[in-house]
Amino acid sequence: MKVLARILVIFWKDILTELRTKEIVTLVLVFALLVVVIFNFAFGTRTGIEELVAPGILWVALTFGGVLGFNRVFVVEKENSCLEGLMLCPVDRSVIYWGKLVGSFTFMLAVAVVITPIFLVLFNLPLFLPRLALIIVLAALGFAAVGTLFSAIAINTRARDMMLPILFLPVVVPVIVAAVKATAPVLAGRPWGDVLTWLQIIIVFDVIYLVVATMVFEFVLEE
Amino acid sequence: MSEKVPASSWAVEVQGLTKLFGNRHALRGIDLSVSRGECLVVFGPNGAGKTTLVKILSMLVKPSSGNVWLGGINIREKPAQIRRKISLVGHQTFLYHNLTVYENLKFYGKMYDVPNLEQRIKEVIAWVWLESRRYDRVGTLSRGLQQRASIARAVLHNPSILFLDEPEVGLDPQAVTAIRDILGNINAVGGAVVMTTHNLGQGLEFADSVVILNRGQIVYRASKQEINRESFPQVYDRCTETG
Repeated sequence: MKVLARILVIFWKDILTELRTKEIVTLVLVFALLVVVIFNFAFGTRTGIEELVAPGILWVALTFGGVLGFNRVFVVEKENSCLEGLMLCPVDRSVIYWGKLVGSFTFMLAVAVVITPIFLVLFNLPLFLPRLALIIVLAALGFAAVGTLFSAIAINTRARDMMLPILFLPVVVPVIVAAVKATAPVLAGRPWGDVLTWLQIIIVFDVIYLVVATMVFEFVLEE
Repeated sequence: MSEKVPASSWAVEVQGLTKLFGNRHALRGIDLSVSRGECLVVFGPNGAGKTTLVKILSMLVKPSSGNVWLGGINIREKPAQIRRKISLVGHQTFLYHNLTVYENLKFYGKMYDVPNLEQRIKEVIAWVWLESRRYDRVGTLSRGLQQRASIARAVLHNPSILFLDEPEVGLDPQAVTAIRDILGNINAVGGAVVMTTHNLGQGLEFADSVVILNRGQIVYRASKQEINRESFPQVYDRCTETG
């Protein structure tokens, strides 16, 4: 229980900081919104778009928006060497990882909650899509798992803004592909069977990312 | 090499400590010990290895070789247990600029699971004379006030071993007084202090014993009784080859 309490303490601190600065959510939201609007101008609402183009547009917006957000996740810890303050605390390094992960995941979901309805309206798609919500939650978890780890690596490099996408995108390709493939049948209103395989792939990668990142985070912080 | 079991009276015991960054030696075979109730001051020029030594002792950096015992426990064995008993005041404050002094202390207090946290926060804020600024964001405080808040953070969980890495940077006289009181309190209850500094006068004021570090090696060590305050600057210059 103490582990969970400390994870939530780190999360509380990140939420409080974000509420004061509004850096991450504003940045990601504006970027994702621009992507959706620009693609809407390019493709309009022509027939068949929900399967061919729309899933890609949504995930381009969320993925690249996520990269921008993950770039900022550890910046707050870098200022005043707060990361060292966290490392001095009597907690396992994985607690720090999970605390930051819960924050990243929440920020991604917050952005998705705003962007997805706008995307659905602009592309003239049905608004009530619980299966899409499930895909977004699972994919966002995978993104946050990898993004949090690589953000901790990139923060100590000079070109961290470039380093993060170079590290992050190749590793999350399986989740991006599975999320796009799962979104297409949902937007087209096809049955569960067409979605399930891709959902299972996302879940498997989520588990792999979470386990590996938890195990290696200590080395990332200390080396 | 067989490891000597440190005497229980040592709060800090270091044997053969070496740190390499690539091919460069930051520390070369450091041996030192600090007994309970003692304040050890480490002097040395820039690049001598003072900060690296403090970072290893406070478990932020792993040594390349050698052993460190804190309170009789090897730092490789029970890191979480040791971290609960140590603290560090560094060049940086480790405080979040967008949170208030109170919120920062509450955050660290919960991370350390400090009992009676609200009461403890009141106490440490009073020690560093920050009562009137407790609800101000840290980013709005002057450097001196931030350093005072940093001292409050460092002593919040009642550490028995305190590391100070050039704490005088940006400190005002009140904060120096706060540090003096806190060091006195820690030493009085059998705790230990290791402090690095450039400031010979201030360092000697706090010291029970001193070492001079140069190029990663201890080149001089003495107890307070052995030190002549007038001639110490010449000793320091000679040892660091800056005279």
